[in-house]
Amino acid sequence: MSATAQIAFLGRRAFLRSIRQPGQMAFALVFPLFFLFVVSSGLDPVSSVPGFPADSYVDFMFAIPFVHGALFTALNSAIELGRDIDTGFLNRLALTPARGIAIMLGNLAGGVALVLIQYCIYFAGGLLMGAHFEAGLLGVPVLFVLAALGAVAIGAAGMTVALRSGSPEAVQGIFPLFFVGLFLSSMNMPRNLIENSWFQWIATVNPVSYLIEGLRSLIVAGWDIQTLAIGYGVALGAIALALSVSARAFRARMTRT
Amino acid sequence: MIHVASAVAYRVIKKSLTNISFLLPALMFPVIFFVGFAGALSGVDRIPGFDYEPGYETFQFAFVLVQSAAMAGVFTGFGIAQDFERGFARRLMIAAPRRSGILVGYAIATMIRWVLNTAVVLAIGLLIGMEILGNGLDLFALLLLGLTVNLIGTLWAAGVALRLRSTQAGPIMQFPIFLVIFLAPVFVPIDLLTGWIHAVATVNPFTAFIEGARSLLAGSTEEVGVAFGIAVPLAALFGLWALTGLRSAERG
Repeated sequence: MSATAQIAFLGRRAFLRSIRQPGQMAFALVFPLFFLFVVSSGLDPVSSVPGFPADSYVDFMFAIPFVHGALFTALNSAIELGRDIDTGFLNRLALTPARGIAIMLGNLAGGVALVLIQYCIYFAGGLLMGAHFEAGLLGVPVLFVLAALGAVAIGAAGMTVALRSGSPEAVQGIFPLFFVGLFLSSMNMPRNLIENSWFQWIATVNPVSYLIEGLRSLIVAGWDIQTLAIGYGVALGAIALALSVSARAFRARMTRT
Repeated sequence: MIHVASAVAYRVIKKSLTNISFLLPALMFPVIFFVGFAGALSGVDRIPGFDYEPGYETFQFAFVLVQSAAMAGVFTGFGIAQDFERGFARRLMIAAPRRSGILVGYAIATMIRWVLNTAVVLAIGLLIGMEILGNGLDLFALLLLGLTVNLIGTLWAAGVALRLRSTQAGPIMQFPIFLVIFLAPVFVPIDLLTGWIHAVATVNPFTAFIEGARSLLAGSTEEVGVAFGIAVPLAALFGLWALTGLRSAERG
């Protein structure tokens, strides 16, 4: 079996295992849309602040469900990997001809397939809430791919924790740290309108801001190539870094096995 | 009952402080919400009609205080459900002469954990320049209000956990609390909300809790009577909910 076929096979397993857990699925689907709904309703007066880049707060926040979805689904994939290690499945898999790269990428592929379905639902939900999408039809796949790259980066980072600890609880425990990255970014306000200088500085050095701004540019501005390129660059850089670290953790785990 | 309650409380506190998967979410979420909202949205207090004297950091601290109080109870509900899944709760129920002491123990532990978490958020708030205009008595009333909301959250989640006895029930404990918290005036005063969210926030009990907390932090007693007037009967009602849940768990 080729590496691609192995990735597809293990990806299918990861995908099916996720959709068979309706509690997790429902949360990953409902929470991001609910958050968009309540936050954009509560913060709508903010769109009247001079210099605010969008006509309404729902337009401004429309990018966030995609990041939330990436976060939940990618971490769920990492938790499942932790469970595979905990239950001994990874050890048994190591006795088969499955390649290491296929085991790692297969797990991520299942998460990406799931997240792409969720993005369709978030997109429809956002439009129903009154959001506008300036980039047009061609912008939709660009938005989805950028958000999915974010999911891969988060998933690979979560996989590192799963491989190092071998415990689903440990992956669950680091979940809030990813939320820190999200909340200390330009998620709620454009960086130039943040008044607290310390927060503006944190948001500027936080790579999550650039991922969000890349997604947001398609929604509120249309085709802002520079912002989009920075968003893609940050996502790809994060993937390269997270995958190299998780590959090392994978080798260490297999050696121990 | 005291022995049962103190033994359960000791165990829960020890587990909460030594297990990272319990410690981190309960502590980090209030901190994230506070720093994220107060830091990013500080300019919101320039919106016409925003007239909260202590400033936006204090405005958000009141929300985080109430939110963390209720959510700490939900985390306790997760722990109860996990204890049932692992068989520990069954052994505990056999060993305890007064089973209501188990509930009291969980509630005491949750209160202690919430006070510790709130101290961390308060320290961060003071570090970033949050102003508190209330005096010692106001802050004591604020603590009592927070503890009452904390009790409501614990009793609600315990009632669900004791009936369903599975961690799969987590979203049932968490989501209604999350819903009512975020359908309150979280980011701007209620007068600045318009449309459906204004209507919902007006009848939402958490609006009274958050506004009561904001009043106390601003050194005013406005809305405080309403907050306690709603919180105390709600705690009694959810006490009944949790006790009937305990009876359901006893029947198996």
